[in-house]
Amino acid sequence: MAQVTLDSVRKIYPNGVEAVTPASFAIKDGEFVVLVGPSGCGKSTLLRMIAGLEDITEGALTIGERVVNTLDPADRDIAMVFQNYALYPHMTVRKNIAYGLKNRKTPKDEIARKVDEAAKMLNLTEYLDRKPAQLSGGQRQRVAMGRAIVRDPALFLFDEPLSNLDAKLRNQMRIEIKALQRRLGVTSIYVTHDQVEAMTMADRIIVLNGGRIEQIGTPSEIYHNPASTFVASFMGAPPMNLVGAEMQDGTLSFAGLELPVSSTLRGPVTLGLRPEDLIIDPHGPLAMEVELIEELGAHRLLHGQVDGQRLTVHLAKEEQVALGPLRLSCREQNLCLFHPESGKRMETSFSLNLTEHSPDAAEARA
Amino acid sequence: MADISLSTATPVVPRRRFRWSTLVDHAVLIAGSLVMILPLLVMLQTASTPDVETMKYGPGLYFGDQLDDNFRKAMFEASGFSGENTGFAMFKNSLILGLGFAIGKIVIGMMAAYAIVYFRLRFATLAFWLIFTTLLLPLEVRILPSYEITQKLGLLNTYTGLIVPLIASATATFFFRQFFRSVPEELVEAARIDGAGPVKFFIDILVPLSQTMIAAMFIIMFVYGWNQYLWPTMITTEEGMYTLVRGIKRIVQVLQGGNEIPEYGRANVLAIIAVLPPVAIVIFFQSWFVKGLTESDK
Repeated sequence: MAQVTLDSVRKIYPNGVEAVTPASFAIKDGEFVVLVGPSGCGKSTLLRMIAGLEDITEGALTIGERVVNTLDPADRDIAMVFQNYALYPHMTVRKNIAYGLKNRKTPKDEIARKVDEAAKMLNLTEYLDRKPAQLSGGQRQRVAMGRAIVRDPALFLFDEPLSNLDAKLRNQMRIEIKALQRRLGVTSIYVTHDQVEAMTMADRIIVLNGGRIEQIGTPSEIYHNPASTFVASFMGAPPMNLVGAEMQDGTLSFAGLELPVSSTLRGPVTLGLRPEDLIIDPHGPLAMEVELIEELGAHRLLHGQVDGQRLTVHLAKEEQVALGPLRLSCREQNLCLFHPESGKRMETSFSLNLTEHSPDAAEARA
Repeated sequence: MADISLSTATPVVPRRRFRWSTLVDHAVLIAGSLVMILPLLVMLQTASTPDVETMKYGPGLYFGDQLDDNFRKAMFEASGFSGENTGFAMFKNSLILGLGFAIGKIVIGMMAAYAIVYFRLRFATLAFWLIFTTLLLPLEVRILPSYEITQKLGLLNTYTGLIVPLIASATATFFFRQFFRSVPEELVEAARIDGAGPVKFFIDILVPLSQTMIAAMFIIMFVYGWNQYLWPTMITTEEGMYTLVRGIKRIVQVLQGGNEIPEYGRANVLAIIAVLPPVAIVIFFQSWFVKGLTESDK
C-alpha cells in the first residue's frame, strides 16, 4: 500500500508525438482512481508509464517513498490486469497465479498457501488445475485478478479490464473488483473509456482528453461541476445538453428562457443543461418539438429540438408524453456556462433567488 | 409440434444428381494417387525379387520372397571397398544429418527470431532482411564457396561439415519471427511485471507456446535434411560418412560398370529404408503439424 505521485510526467514518442502533456497529481494510500477518456487520449500511455512498460520522457513518478522512473516493472511493486487478461495459455490457473511469486524465489509452501488464499477469495478453487482456454471470460478475468492480488503489491493497475466481457458480466465484475479493492485496501489506478465504470467505481476520476488532464475530482464533482464542455459531454449517459445561448446586460437568453446572471459579459456562450434538469412544465419558457421517445423502462428519454438546437430530456416513467410540441422549464441552479470557443467552464454564478426555487434546489441536491 | 412431426413422417430423400465435374475430380485424384503410389510399389516389388529375375524380366506384378535376404544384405553388408558403408551405418549418418539439421535450425532460428522481435536492436530490421535474403541463396547456389570454406576449415568428412553449412538459411528464422509477432504484446508485459527476465520469458513462455510451431518446423527440416543429396555427395568422400540417399545411388552405379548383375534388390531395400523415417515422422507429428501451421489460438 502506498501513495503515488506524478510530478509533471510527460511522454513524447520518438516520432515527436506528445502523448501525455506534463501531468501532475497525487493518489492517496488506498484510493481508487479512474483514468477516463476517449481512445487515444493518453490514458493507457499514462498507466503504462506508471507500470514501467513505457519510458517516462520527463518528470518524476513516485510510488511509496521511491522515485521509480528508471526501475524495471518487476521492481516497482505493482501488479497489472490487462484488457485481454494476458494469461499464459500453456499454464494451469495455479501456475498462472504462482508465476510471479516463483520468479521472486518465494518458498514453495508459501506460494501454495498464497495461491489457495487468492483462489478462495476469487472463487477459483475448483478451476486451479484448468488451462485458461477452458475458462469463461469472467473466470479468466478473475485469474488475472488472482495473479495481481497474490503478490500483495503496493499498487494495482487495471487497463480496461472489463472491455472484453459482455454487459451483464461487466456489471457484476465491476462490483466484484470494487469490493475486492475495498477489502484489500490497495491503492489502485483503473483505466477505462466507459464513463459508467468511471462513475461507479472511482473514489476520484481523472478525465483525460488529447493527452491533457481536463479535470480531477470525485464522481459527483465531475458530474455536477464539469470543468469543460468536453467533460460535460463525456461524462453522463445521456450526456449534458450543450446549446448556444446569448449573454447580454446581465441576462442569459436561450430560446424562450431568460435568466439574470451576475456578469457583465456579453456575447455568445455555451449553455449546459443536464437532461434530468429539464422538466415538463405547461407554462415553461422552452418550446420543444419531441421527435423520438426512447423507452428505457425505469425512465424515458425524449429527443427533439428547441429553437433549432438538439436537446435530450430525461423523464421519470410516471410522466406521460407524446411526440409533438411540449413545454419545458429547467432547474436553473444546475445550469453550467462554458466559453463558446475554449469550452472552459465560466465561473459565472446565476443571481438566483434561491428561496423562490427552494423545492427544486432541495430536490436537485438529493 | 404437429407440423414438425408431419414433415418428418414423409422423408424426402433428395436424389443426388450425377455431375460430370465429380467424375473428373475423382479421376484426377485417382491418377494423382497412382503417380504417388506406383513407384513405391515397384520399389517394394524389386526389393523382394532376386536380382537375376529383375534383370531378366524387369519389374513384375508379383512379390518375391527375397525381402528378408535383401534386407540383411543391405543393412549389414558393406558394399564398398572399406567395408564401412553398411546400410546401417548410412542410416545412422542420415539420422544424424536429419536430426542435427532440424534441431540446429530450430534452435538458431528461434533465438535469432527472438532477438529480432523482442529486443530493440539497432538495425534489427536490416539484420532481418539480410537474414531473409539467404532464402534467395540456397546451398546449391553458393556451393563452391561453401565447399571451399568447409574444406579449408578441415571439415570434410565430418558431421559438422555436413550439417552446419546446410543450416545457414533463413526459413526457420522467418517462420518463428512471424509466429512471435503474433504472440500478444500483453503476454510479454505481464511476464515483465511478473519478474521474468528475457531468458525466463523465452524458456518459460515462448518455447512452450511455440510447441506446435516447433513440431511443424521439425518435420519440414528433418525431411529436408534427410533428403539432402548434393551436399553430402560433395562433402563426404569416406565411405563411412555416406548418407543413405547418397549411398543408394552408389550401389547401383558402382556395379553397373562391370559384368555383374546390379544389386537392384539391395538398392531398393535401402530406398525403402530411406523413405520410412520421413513418413514415420510426418505420421507421428501430423496433428501438431496442422495445428502449428494453422492454429492462431495463443
